Amino acid sequence: MSIRERLSGNEACAIAMKQINPDVVAAFPITPSTEIPQYFSTFVSNGAVDTEFVAVESEHSAMSACVGAEAAGGRAMTATSANGLSFMWEMIYIASSMRLPIVMSLVNRAVSGPLNIHNDHSDAMGVRDAGWIMLFSENNQEAYDNLIMAHRIAENENVMLPLMVCQDGFITSHSIENIELIEDDVVKDFVGKYEPKHYLLNDKEPVSMGPLDLQSYLFEHKKQQSQAMYNAKQVILDVAKEFEKITGRKYSFFEEYKLEDAEIAIVCMNSTAGTTKFVVDNLRKNGVKAGLLKLRVFRPFPAEEIAKALSHLKAIAVLDKSDSLNATGGALFTDVTSGLYTNNVQVPTLSYIYGIGGRDTKASDIESVFEDLSNVVSSGKLDNPYRYLGLRG
Amino acid sequence: MDGLLEIRWHGRGGQGAKTASLLLADAAFNTGKYIQGFPEYGPERMGAPITAYNRISSSPITIHSNIYEPDYVVVVDDTLLEAVDVTAGLKKTGAIVINTTKDAEYLKSVLKGYEGDIYTIDAREISINALGKYFPNTPMLAAIVKVSGIMSDKELLDDMEGSFKHKFAKKPEVISGNMKALEMALDKVTKIN
Repeated sequence: MSIRERLSGNEACAIAMKQINPDVVAAFPITPSTEIPQYFSTFVSNGAVDTEFVAVESEHSAMSACVGAEAAGGRAMTATSANGLSFMWEMIYIASSMRLPIVMSLVNRAVSGPLNIHNDHSDAMGVRDAGWIMLFSENNQEAYDNLIMAHRIAENENVMLPLMVCQDGFITSHSIENIELIEDDVVKDFVGKYEPKHYLLNDKEPVSMGPLDLQSYLFEHKKQQSQAMYNAKQVILDVAKEFEKITGRKYSFFEEYKLEDAEIAIVCMNSTAGTTKFVVDNLRKNGVKAGLLKLRVFRPFPAEEIAKALSHLKAIAVLDKSDSLNATGGALFTDVTSGLYTNNVQVPTLSYIYGIGGRDTKASDIESVFEDLSNVVSSGKLDNPYRYLGLRG
Repeated sequence: MDGLLEIRWHGRGGQGAKTASLLLADAAFNTGKYIQGFPEYGPERMGAPITAYNRISSSPITIHSNIYEPDYVVVVDDTLLEAVDVTAGLKKTGAIVINTTKDAEYLKSVLKGYEGDIYTIDAREISINALGKYFPNTPMLAAIVKVSGIMSDKELLDDMEGSFKHKFAKKPEVISGNMKALEMALDKVTKIN
């Protein structure tokens, strides 16, 4: 029996971490981090977990400590946000290239400057090429569920990549909402014990990790990392199937909401997908065939599957909560359109940059996107594909 | 109560409007509802205007934006009436609940012809009386429950007693005062138009 609760997204993630009970949590426990390490530290103090909690002096050290702990053979987790993630940047790459399945809870907030602490996805988009698996979460429930599934994906021997679970800062991290928790023992059984094949504290097999890797090998190692990302796709689906067995909640690369018979659709991630569902329901009542593709798995990027799911549409809008400042649309937009092209799907597609620095995304904003899509369909014209949503004039 | 109910709170930093919205979410959750409770975070300063929100529904809530067309508005501090457009988007079918001792004529004038119901309550008097200190959020919580009918008086009182016991585990002496504040507020909230 699941446990009916009401929790903020931060609380939900801290409880997932408690249930996972990792060997080490290393985090910088004050701003720009979230309440997650703070809640988790109380679990440590109360003896609810036997985790070694390392309150480090910076995020660079937080990720370094996770790298050390994971390389030693432990299971390590951390949580951060915004500039905290920026400060980890160097070690983020070290973690993935050393093939250490560290799990991070990332509460998405704007990377300064100017100084802003509110939600957008600029922190996550800054590490999208760093070799981490990246899962996005519509609400507290998904942030919790994704964390429970995280180690099973990351630690799979065909994967061995670090993984971050993203959710929207404040919008879901600080909002109290209903949630169904899984019992502690069920989580424990599901997550299982971490038994790495190679680790530093194994006295039967002395190894070195992260040494010099020059012209003769780095390329091959990068190819292996890339292959691991391909492998992760099947593992993500397999773990989701097992998760469904214990919870009844279904996960895949993305959620298709009223997409099957839709003519126009939005592609987006995190909490905006919830607002889009609300708008889609209203539009459907008026006979507008609107739909949504909510992307959960951003890395690895399921290009082929996305292209297939969108192939029947007449027009698509891709919403990016981060501007790539490249004069050719946001990161999700360029990935989606590249996926469409590569898979021979030709559908007019618009890029919208929205919600930057915590600008609230209203139902009426989403309605306006669907109106734009309807206009593209009726006129057959797509004048300016690079648009901004909710920007003051 | 059917469908989605949306409530917007206006208060000043330090008055507990955020806490009140979270307590309301808690209480509604305990009656089996789907809930959201969230503040609009800005620069956090004592005395600065703050906004907090509640959504309460019989079915799952997917929308994740601020609330622009609330069914109810709660004003925890009447000095905000001339500083903030508290009735912005407020539905005519709904109501506004104000912590104030100001007269009906003044209130109608500052509410710019709001056509819905206007309720007032003197949360200061109740709080001082029941708690000996000015904490307006507990009376305002009871007032909005009474006005909106989210739950019965008894459901609120039963639930809050449990919440206060948990919240004030280290300060049990304030529990009875808070309960008294709730009961008084349920009784004293008054429609003025």
